[in-house]
Amino acid sequence: MPIHEKSLIRKEDLRRQEHLVLEGVDVSGDWSTFIGARVLTDYNERLQDEIAALPGGENIHRCWQCGSCTNACTVNAINPDFNPRYWIYLIRLGMEQELLRDKEIIWQCVSCHKCTYACPRDVVPEGVMKATAQWLELKGHVPTNPSMAFDEEFSAQVFATGRIEEGRLLRRFFRRTGQPLAQPWLVAIVRGLVARLPVGLLARLGLAALVHPRTPRWGRVRRVVHDYVETQNTRRRAALGLGPASKETAP
Amino acid sequence: MTDTCREVAYYPGCALEGTGHAYDRSTRAVGKALGLRLVELEGWNCCGAMEVKNIDPKLQTFLSARNLGIARRMGQRTVMAPCNGCYHNLKKAEYDLAHDPASRATVAELAARSGETPYAAGEVETIHALDWIRAAIGPEGLKARIRRSLAGLKVANYYGCMYSRPRHIFPEKDQGPDSESTSKPHFMDDLLAAAGAVNVEYPLKTACCGGAHTLSDSDTSTRLVLNLLTTAEACGAEVIATECPTCHSGLEMHQARAARVFGKATRVKILYFTQLLGLALGLSARAVGIHENFADARDLLRAKGLG
Repeated sequence: MPIHEKSLIRKEDLRRQEHLVLEGVDVSGDWSTFIGARVLTDYNERLQDEIAALPGGENIHRCWQCGSCTNACTVNAINPDFNPRYWIYLIRLGMEQELLRDKEIIWQCVSCHKCTYACPRDVVPEGVMKATAQWLELKGHVPTNPSMAFDEEFSAQVFATGRIEEGRLLRRFFRRTGQPLAQPWLVAIVRGLVARLPVGLLARLGLAALVHPRTPRWGRVRRVVHDYVETQNTRRRAALGLGPASKETAP
Repeated sequence: MTDTCREVAYYPGCALEGTGHAYDRSTRAVGKALGLRLVELEGWNCCGAMEVKNIDPKLQTFLSARNLGIARRMGQRTVMAPCNGCYHNLKKAEYDLAHDPASRATVAELAARSGETPYAAGEVETIHALDWIRAAIGPEGLKARIRRSLAGLKVANYYGCMYSRPRHIFPEKDQGPDSESTSKPHFMDDLLAAAGAVNVEYPLKTACCGGAHTLSDSDTSTRLVLNLLTTAEACGAEVIATECPTCHSGLEMHQARAARVFGKATRVKILYFTQLLGLALGLSARAVGIHENFADARDLLRAKGLG
């Protein structure tokens, strides 16, 4: 494997041997129980099928563990715990508990597609990351992550009007995630812009925020899209052995 | 492609009506200055972007294909999208409709229920703004039209992710020296060199700016952008040239955020390649929307005799 996945040695798996002498050699120090005997019985044998039932996860069975995805990964370069190859391995073996140790970071995939570009087996690891993030949320392992919240706000606006108005999206997302709109860096940008922009253009931008841009004759498409999304949500929940959603996913 | 590029269907997309307005303005201005006609798609909708794709890829294919269907109805054979996200999604829709029966069935069903004729793969061709200027004018043709050379302005060309990855949705790329490369893209380098810029060796041409999480995981985005900015400066660049509104506003926003939140200030300016081409074609800074960029580049351009 052309990579050094040091993150696989976890702190809790290390054992400190203060005085260990084996056959006359002092081997005291930190030992990884990575090589120790252990018995696993809590497999989720349906895990791969569940991920494959979600959009993006369809090709997970093709993986042959070469590690090209992790080697190419943008996020792995700044956080070695972010390891697509390892997660695909765990999913294929059904090691759900082990996978859940990383449940807080899987959504951080930036969709740069470097993994899909490098993958020799057309697994589409980027899609598997999205499917896994969706799985974690559907199963109730994690609350809606910020990225998913953004996707939902964005998609709700597209479904409703056919288009996005970025100012509105920003305001709604910040409100939903409890962030103040007056972030110092954002204030600095807006101040600079207001100082430079001509009055006419400012008025146009203000108008766009009030009169949301929309695609003409969108009404019928909107209904079709809403129906489709609802059908898909039900189908996916069923594939994971879950009943109908208690609340509407798309506001 | 060349025959049809003097008139193309124009798909600006949502970002070019908002934070990327300078890109819309400069693209239209450059087209006009070069005598190229842009016919905006009538009643276009969002391409689905990454956000709808994350919720349901086939739904994103439907939304993108709907725009291609509009182009077909307007009698256009080529759709030009300046936004990497839009360009990528139209290309992906094209690929999926040609190769994936399940996507084809979903798009056909949703189109029928919306009362529209479904788009079939191959009816129109999707190109990027870089393909458009290259095919219609080309670096040599551009050289002959330069009124005010960029005169050695040092530029790092930044293409981002969606322009060239994953490679299977861009079958026309990696087809020999005249085609675009997915690993080392050069179409923007070629055009800016023709306009007099000095392209610095920039190893992060296709690195990621974290645009997917620009608001939802800001610290990761700021780290990725800061790496792009400091590397460009280390390579001697005065300007990073962009060809995507998400990359562009991400670079500008996180440049400001890096200075305010991380205490790491950088000086490199970020300009759309169409803004640089427009200036070289003799257009005013205002005509190409320099005043609409988040980061003020007017001092640098004035110092270079371009403002």
